[in-house]
Amino acid sequence: MAAVQTRSERALNRVAIAAVLVITLLFLAPIYWITSTAFKPRNLATTIPPTVIFEPEISPFVKLFTKRSQLRAAPEPEDYAAAPWWERLVFDGGEKVVRSGRGDVQLSGYPNRFMNSLIVAITSTVLAVSMGTFTAYGFSRFKMKGEADLLFFILSTRMLPPVVVAIPMFLMYRAVGLNDTHWGLIILYTAFNLSFSVWLMKGFIDEIPKEYEEAALVDGYTRLEAFFKIVLPEAATGIAATAVFCFITAWNEYAFALIMTNRRAQTAPPFIPSQVGSGLPDWTVIAAGTFLFLLPVAIFTFLLRNHLLRGMSFGAIRK
Amino acid sequence: MTQIELRGIEKHFGAVQVIKNLNLAIADNEFIVLLGQSGCGKTTTLRAIAGLETIDEGDILIDGRPVQHIKASHRDIAFVFQSFSLYPHMTVFENIAFPLRAMRGNRTDIEREVQAVAKTLQITHLLAKRPSALSGGDMQRVAIGRALVRRPKAMLMDEPIGALDAKLREEMRAEIKRLHIKQGSTTIYVTHDQVEAMSLADRIVVMHEGVLQQVGTPHEVYARPANMFVAQFVGSPVMNMTEVTVSEDAGHARVLVRGAPTAFDFPSSLTAELTAAGAENGNLTLGVRPEGVLVSREAREGFVPVEAHIIEPLGSHDIIDLQVGAQMLRARTKSGFVPRPGEAVWARINPAQAHFFDSSTGTSFGIRL
Repeated sequence: MAAVQTRSERALNRVAIAAVLVITLLFLAPIYWITSTAFKPRNLATTIPPTVIFEPEISPFVKLFTKRSQLRAAPEPEDYAAAPWWERLVFDGGEKVVRSGRGDVQLSGYPNRFMNSLIVAITSTVLAVSMGTFTAYGFSRFKMKGEADLLFFILSTRMLPPVVVAIPMFLMYRAVGLNDTHWGLIILYTAFNLSFSVWLMKGFIDEIPKEYEEAALVDGYTRLEAFFKIVLPEAATGIAATAVFCFITAWNEYAFALIMTNRRAQTAPPFIPSQVGSGLPDWTVIAAGTFLFLLPVAIFTFLLRNHLLRGMSFGAIRK
Repeated sequence: MTQIELRGIEKHFGAVQVIKNLNLAIADNEFIVLLGQSGCGKTTTLRAIAGLETIDEGDILIDGRPVQHIKASHRDIAFVFQSFSLYPHMTVFENIAFPLRAMRGNRTDIEREVQAVAKTLQITHLLAKRPSALSGGDMQRVAIGRALVRRPKAMLMDEPIGALDAKLREEMRAEIKRLHIKQGSTTIYVTHDQVEAMSLADRIVVMHEGVLQQVGTPHEVYARPANMFVAQFVGSPVMNMTEVTVSEDAGHARVLVRGAPTAFDFPSSLTAELTAAGAENGNLTLGVRPEGVLVSREAREGFVPVEAHIIEPLGSHDIIDLQVGAQMLRARTKSGFVPRPGEAVWARINPAQAHFFDSSTGTSFGIRL
């Protein structure tokens, strides 16, 4: 790197920085929009021009988690006084929290859907990554007949848009009773992510020198022990990167979740927009649901960020 | 106490035969060096002994017990790789302790053994570090430590210092020798570097294209090469090879380099010995190392006039290319002995250092004068 930059180099640098800023803002804009809407009072959510400065509220989140109904008249003053702070927020919005006969607060569908999303995404990610790692290890370390063909076959499952097979999948699932079950979605997402996981992991495992395992083999370990003690720790970066990709795919999947589930196993993506249609759309509640939905991926990616950065440049440098 | 024996080993990689009918017996405590160019089958042989490679034919015996069907982990053999193969995610201590953990020894024993090995190799101060923080030489010390710690039946080393720079290689060579003398375990060492082989080995095994060429002490291999390949592969600078015709004249044998005006003088017994060995003119190659070519600055009895062509001053000595007929003979002289190229000098071949080979098969006739 030259110690002194010429004037044109400096100008070019500034242009590049400006471009990066613009692109970053462009990417962050929708996230800002969702986040700000999630904390807005309902009457400010749809103003034109958009309201930028407002007093943030927590009421959209209270509404998101509770089952509510419209109030015909203002609540009785003693009811209002007896209600906890969060229930008053719902009263303020002209609604009331639905309670069961015994007075228990009824939850909305959201927490349930959110849990479904977590169960399905985590389980399918664990399955896809672990199966993918074992498969990739086999492909990487052992000679077999038709290796290239098999690998190509695995990849070919990703060569058509998944929605193409949605109808046959739906019929098959209905026939075997996997419709609207957690396992149905888990199997689907695992199968979908597996090819990706195998290919990614094969790249990472190919990078681990065979001598590491051979050293372990002559030192008295079995191949399986060598795999767990040597290959897995060395492949941690690759596993993390693959897991993030698989998790994001499963977490964000919309089309199949919409078709294959409706109640018990429904995940958050098809649920959140379905709330738009019931009564007057409360955009702040939808934004609150979306905001919470964004968090797990953000947290997961943040935790693994170092691995991800290394994962992206893995193999770029010859040791 | 470990003897290793190879009987009739054959190995193919697809259509290529990499080891051809290899037979070798290695005694207890012996330091054996497998020497050859890359692709000669030496590494494959080593990996087969370790159990990292299967063989197609033959028996591998460790202490008389056939092991070719036994897994690597049960052969009780240690292997040092050229790439060091230290686990990056473990500290030096953990790397050395790794083979002990396979045997599920208790914590204090492991600690003690690792410390003892680290002390022998003088790497105690490195135990807490990660391999990536070490220099090449230290990495290899750790790799050797990992091999030694278990007190294996035999140590196998695959070009263990091949990845180091020249100066460090020399240092590590001495260290490996010292260690072998101290620990005295049966060792098989693979290298393509003949200097390494000469300096380390009790016996050298020279291989070429999957075939064992010669087994012998460094001196035997150097002084009595079995064929032209061994003769040219061992020794630096390489042995001069030139086709010659031998005739008898007035009680002397005359060895004529093709195209040369004058023949070299040899003892008369040469012709009889050559005849006895079945050698024929027109199929005879003379081999002589540069130190076997004697150079004189004035005409002397038995010396042939030649012209000095190129002089390579190497400090301790010079290597001089002498033109003899159409051939070049390289000679080794004191430094500065011939002051400049183009000088007319006289040369003679020391009969005691001359080797005669069958030109077509390359085999030595085994003639000692």
